[in-house]
Amino acid sequence: MSDFEYANAPESKAVANISPNYGLFIGGKFVDPKKGKSFSTINPATEELLSKVGYGDKSDIDAAVRSARAAYTKVWSKMPAKERGKYLYRIARIMQERAREFAVVETLDNGKPIRESRDTDIPLAAAHFFYHAGWADKLDYAGFGSKPKPLGVVGQIIPWNFPLLMLAWKIAPALAAGNTVVLKPAETTPLTALLFAEVCQQAGLPDGVVNIVTGDGITGAALVNHPDINKVAFTGSTEVGKAIARSISATKKTATLELGGKAANLVFEDAAIDEAVEGIINGIFFNQGHVCCAGSRLIIQENVADEVLEKLKKRMSLIRVGDPMDKNTDLGAINSKEQLNKIEEISKTGDAEGANRWSPDVKLPTKGFWYPPTIFTGVTQSHRIAREEIFGPVLSVLTFRTPAEAIEKANNTMYGLSAGIWSDKGAKVLWAAKQLKAGVIWSNTFNKFDPASPFGGYKESGWGREGGRHGLAGYLTSDSKVNK
Amino acid sequence: MSSLDVNKTYKLFIGGAFPRSESGRVYEIKGANKKFLANPALASRKDLRDAVVAAKSAQSGWANATAFNRGQILYRIAEIMQGRSEQFVEEICALEGVTTKAAKIQVVEAIDTWVWYSGWCDKLSSVSGSQNQVSGPFYNFTTPEALGVIALFAEGKPSLLGAVRTLAPVLAGGNSAILIASESYPLPAITLGEVIATSDVPGGVVNILTGKTSELLPWIGSHMEIDGVDVAGLNKKQEDEIKLVGADNLKRISRFALGNHPERILSFMEHKTIWHPIGI
Repeated sequence: MSDFEYANAPESKAVANISPNYGLFIGGKFVDPKKGKSFSTINPATEELLSKVGYGDKSDIDAAVRSARAAYTKVWSKMPAKERGKYLYRIARIMQERAREFAVVETLDNGKPIRESRDTDIPLAAAHFFYHAGWADKLDYAGFGSKPKPLGVVGQIIPWNFPLLMLAWKIAPALAAGNTVVLKPAETTPLTALLFAEVCQQAGLPDGVVNIVTGDGITGAALVNHPDINKVAFTGSTEVGKAIARSISATKKTATLELGGKAANLVFEDAAIDEAVEGIINGIFFNQGHVCCAGSRLIIQENVADEVLEKLKKRMSLIRVGDPMDKNTDLGAINSKEQLNKIEEISKTGDAEGANRWSPDVKLPTKGFWYPPTIFTGVTQSHRIAREEIFGPVLSVLTFRTPAEAIEKANNTMYGLSAGIWSDKGAKVLWAAKQLKAGVIWSNTFNKFDPASPFGGYKESGWGREGGRHGLAGYLTSDSKVNK
Repeated sequence: MSSLDVNKTYKLFIGGAFPRSESGRVYEIKGANKKFLANPALASRKDLRDAVVAAKSAQSGWANATAFNRGQILYRIAEIMQGRSEQFVEEICALEGVTTKAAKIQVVEAIDTWVWYSGWCDKLSSVSGSQNQVSGPFYNFTTPEALGVIALFAEGKPSLLGAVRTLAPVLAGGNSAILIASESYPLPAITLGEVIATSDVPGGVVNILTGKTSELLPWIGSHMEIDGVDVAGLNKKQEDEIKLVGADNLKRISRFALGNHPERILSFMEHKTIWHPIGI
């Protein structure tokens, strides 16, 4: 077979005007942190410095919450809903206009392939604002009683895996429902949130409706514990989610939590195998596996396991790992050294506990943080790699004989965020979908997202939904629930 | 000719049976007139765990029954309660010290509550589910499903209505329940168990414990197989405590305003969204 090598197809960095340093976005302006501290954000593919951003501490969080409260009381809650919606439409449009710039900055700061930031993250983020813009003046008809009210000031904390998209999931419904927000981006990926702050300025969004305070976990904790926020919206690990639930337990604050997952991807014997293999690849290697709903447990019916694995390995050998700015790249850089260490640590337990590791022969770049696409076969349910969220391009493979066994294995986890089903039999797909304890079920597809589609988990994968009519509920008062 | 009353022994209700507490403990309940009424069981941690086992094993069968079937069974509870109205009225009068008229109103309201939630069973997904218009060739829909095992702290007064208000919606959604009767006003809840036992509700779907709230509360909060809690009968301090401990498995914990509302059902349900491609 002759090789057709891909020529390099690098996206230009010229479109990204990254400032050498950023302040915090409070009250509609970029301001220096009160203590004057800052931290670096780097390109994980090259370890080069991208920018220095302000480190927000308790006093900065306090200033941001005050600004959000003032904007809520004086401006945003008094504005006709129709006008609120129009601001969100403006934001969506400006994000679309500046989409390429956002995509480049996202890829530089996060390490994800430009193809994904360009085709998935940024368009979906803009779509999220467009979708929720339309809700702003239709809340009375959304099925939450005749006059649902906003909650007030919402503290929002987002992860580093889909920085701008997670920002959109948080800010768009909050603002549409009439709340104001203080958002803390992830420590390693603050840049697109700061770019979004510029969009808010361009859109003429009233000062203080959106406030963005960059920092680390301490900054996030200050936000969660601020006495004047009404709600916490968090996406991140189950461990931190539980800590948040504890720290607000004696308050009137409500919370939505989008937490970890260990999704089962079930392949039945009657699946279209080639399609299933594409789905498995997308399920675990999309975004380097830095996806809470990643299909990280592949559970194959025993009689087709050999065929699936053979095709899967062949397909994995075609994954192009490397420069995220190259438009041909499938698998980019691991987001941080810390995350790489975590992936390495848990994966090593797979070797130690007796599973069989396999990776295609890939040449990883010498600088930056990288991990090859990896599968473990011979995995049992008690292995750490079958139980813990790895959050990397590492797939654990198990098998089953009967459909009942498939469901039992799939549900044998504290998580319940998502699951996949591959079968060409409609009745079987719907049967399995009903049995699976997970909030999002992808049948004969995987990792699909849409602003109109509610997303969120069962069990310890979190509280509440984001997206769709159901996601709005988390940002509105209820005429039946009592928050003490 | 006068004859001596044959008094009832008030026991627990676990897995469709009426056991005493495994601990052998009881506590005394006096009527509004300060006279002895009964020695209900003082449930232990072990009784709670037995109740969770019963609730957990009964839950999927209950959730997988057709909604129409569940609705008929909830209606059946109302029918059986109607037949035993007088007993409930007497019990409420003796316990709460209210007038016969007030007790009758409470019983009627409790019966009507069952009827109201009975009708919800097969309408929940129409009201709370959706078909979502995603941007692509996918059929995408969202439906509510039962959460699992729910612990209910019933309000003390009104004693019967307080229990029914928390229990009926949880059953309508397909959950199984562990009802913790009010510590001070527990007797109608136990009699309610007798109604439920004869209303075609599968054993284990409803479990009723009497005893000390403060003793059971931490074990309920930390039990990993309990998925949700209605804190109606808890004070603020107790609610804070169960929220703190309940974070260990992210229990869904709610308090509701008075009155019947579909949110009482939906707060103990999860929404599942299913994607499927459209194409040939």
